[in-house]
Amino acid sequence: MRRYLTPLLFLSPASALILLFFFTPVVATLLLSFTDLSTTTFRHPSWVGLANYQDLLTDPFLKKILANTAKYVGLTLAFNVGMGLLLALLTSLVPENWGDPFRALWLLPRILPPVVYVFIWQGLLAEAPMGLVSDLLGVSKNWLVEAPWTAVILANGFVGASFGMLIFTSAIRAIPRELFYAAAVDGATTGQTIRRVVIPMLAWPILFVTAYQTLSLLTSFEYILLLTDGGPGFYGTEVWSLHAYHLALSNYFGNVEFGLGAAMAAVLVVIGVIVSLFYLKIFNFRALVTEPKIEV
Amino acid sequence: MTKGTGVRLERLTKRFGRVVAVRELSLEVAPGELVAFLGPSGCGKTTTLLMIAGIYRPTAGHVYFGDRRVDPLHPRDRDVGMVFQSYALYPHLNLFENIAFPLRLKRVPADQVRRRVRETAELLGIGGILERRPAQVSGGQQQRAALARALVKEPQVLLLDEPLSNLDAQIRLSARAEIRRLQRELGVTAILVTHDQAEALAMADRVAVFSMGELQQYAPPDELYHRPKNTFVAGFVGSPPMNLIEGEFTGDGFRAGGLRLALPKAPTGRGWLGVRPEHLGLGPEGLPARVLVVEPLGREAIVIVELSGHRLQVLVPEDEKPAPDAEVRIAFPTGALHYFDAKGRRIGPE
Repeated sequence: MRRYLTPLLFLSPASALILLFFFTPVVATLLLSFTDLSTTTFRHPSWVGLANYQDLLTDPFLKKILANTAKYVGLTLAFNVGMGLLLALLTSLVPENWGDPFRALWLLPRILPPVVYVFIWQGLLAEAPMGLVSDLLGVSKNWLVEAPWTAVILANGFVGASFGMLIFTSAIRAIPRELFYAAAVDGATTGQTIRRVVIPMLAWPILFVTAYQTLSLLTSFEYILLLTDGGPGFYGTEVWSLHAYHLALSNYFGNVEFGLGAAMAAVLVVIGVIVSLFYLKIFNFRALVTEPKIEV
Repeated sequence: MTKGTGVRLERLTKRFGRVVAVRELSLEVAPGELVAFLGPSGCGKTTTLLMIAGIYRPTAGHVYFGDRRVDPLHPRDRDVGMVFQSYALYPHLNLFENIAFPLRLKRVPADQVRRRVRETAELLGIGGILERRPAQVSGGQQQRAALARALVKEPQVLLLDEPLSNLDAQIRLSARAEIRRLQRELGVTAILVTHDQAEALAMADRVAVFSMGELQQYAPPDELYHRPKNTFVAGFVGSPPMNLIEGEFTGDGFRAGGLRLALPKAPTGRGWLGVRPEHLGLGPEGLPARVLVVEPLGREAIVIVELSGHRLQVLVPEDEKPAPDAEVRIAFPTGALHYFDAKGRRIGPE
């Protein structure tokens, strides 16, 4: 027992934070999802068992919304990780005084307030004479209605790609210079060096960015809310988290349904956990973890 | 395996901005020879090696492998193998794939890859651990794997950048002999970069001593030791280093402060008198001096003495070492002195 005392002592501050701010809310959400707590029942909520989950399952738009969510997360993720990697590689290949300003440009969407950023997109995609895209293509259309998915994915992707770009760039810079020399002497072209040396060495950051962005894309809906509000038409770009917001927190009846919202959030947590486990498996997490340098 | 090709450097210069890393370097390495580039850090030896490998483009000058001019070529078209100080093994590949890497890039058929990797690994005694990753083997084994990767493609020229300096002292000595044996057996031309003069003297056929980006002397080890071309080489080669005393040659002697030596056929003018610690004698004859420090080395001891205001190192057998503060007499061997002029260039004796 004494043997574990010191490690436990060192782990306790972080554990306390995790318990308080991560574990407790999950339990609270689960408990809440089994009640009918809402604005009208706020003083006297009652246990309703799985009723909220039943409501979700019988939602006629369930399939559509799940499909939308998969499409949104999958495509945006592919854009974010792929573009991030491409940007990191390209800006690492050129001299630093070229690469750094270029990377800084890609950070602009991230530091812009989302509302302003989305206004810019709406302006770009509007009909002529307002819309730049209409002007350039010579076809005056509201492209937000014509190609809502492209707009949603690009608007999110231009913000998201810089995250991967930053992580991958620093990972590439951490690769010892001598490995590049060795690859060149061994006969590798630049392409072969990237494919056979750099990308395999980025396995851990790629896993991290993929997992992290999957989870944040599953739960983020502010850009879709501002850009299309789930439209055009009936749930054209409505994703799970936006649906939760619409259904539970911003419905026509003004009745905020906390219980139903919690049930939807709980489903998202389960999906997130499953997806994370899947990533850890395919990236062979154990092989990526090195033994700690500190001995206890 | 193949016989190596000669390497010729012709007025090779490398500038980084305003800094001249290597200046007008010309030297030739014979086929099958092992040459050491020796010097302190920042002297340009590694820069020169990277220009030979093709990692750096020379600012001016040319590199030839035999009759082939290679300085405009990419490293992959030069047919060199290289071992780095950090070994630079690919951490995500096991030792087999690390060694196979150059062959895979050349699209050598799989069965040949397997055979050649096995052969080279056996030659280096790492045949049994090819499935392990670099992080799972010792430093000595990593070094062997790096050497195997450099040799597996049977290069014309083998470049070794401080390959031994990350090894433990004991393994280093055996690795020295091992590399020398392999290099002789394979007949590959090799260039070894090192800051360790003992390593250079022990391993190389010829040693090129560098300082401040310039070649100081290029000679076989014993010539470097017995006839250093200038005070830099005299002070850098040999351990403990040569004693150098600044003073005045008078034609029939040497004066430095209170120190006066009678030297028949001495030059004239200001300059440096050099004498190796092992050539100075402690005994009943000679000039009176006082012992400051005694450093026992086991078989021998370094005795630091003060002689007329000059500090000199004397190497004596362990059982003859004096006590600190003892009064001793120092005998100068007239046959083993070195004369340098005021600029440090060797002027005698012939």
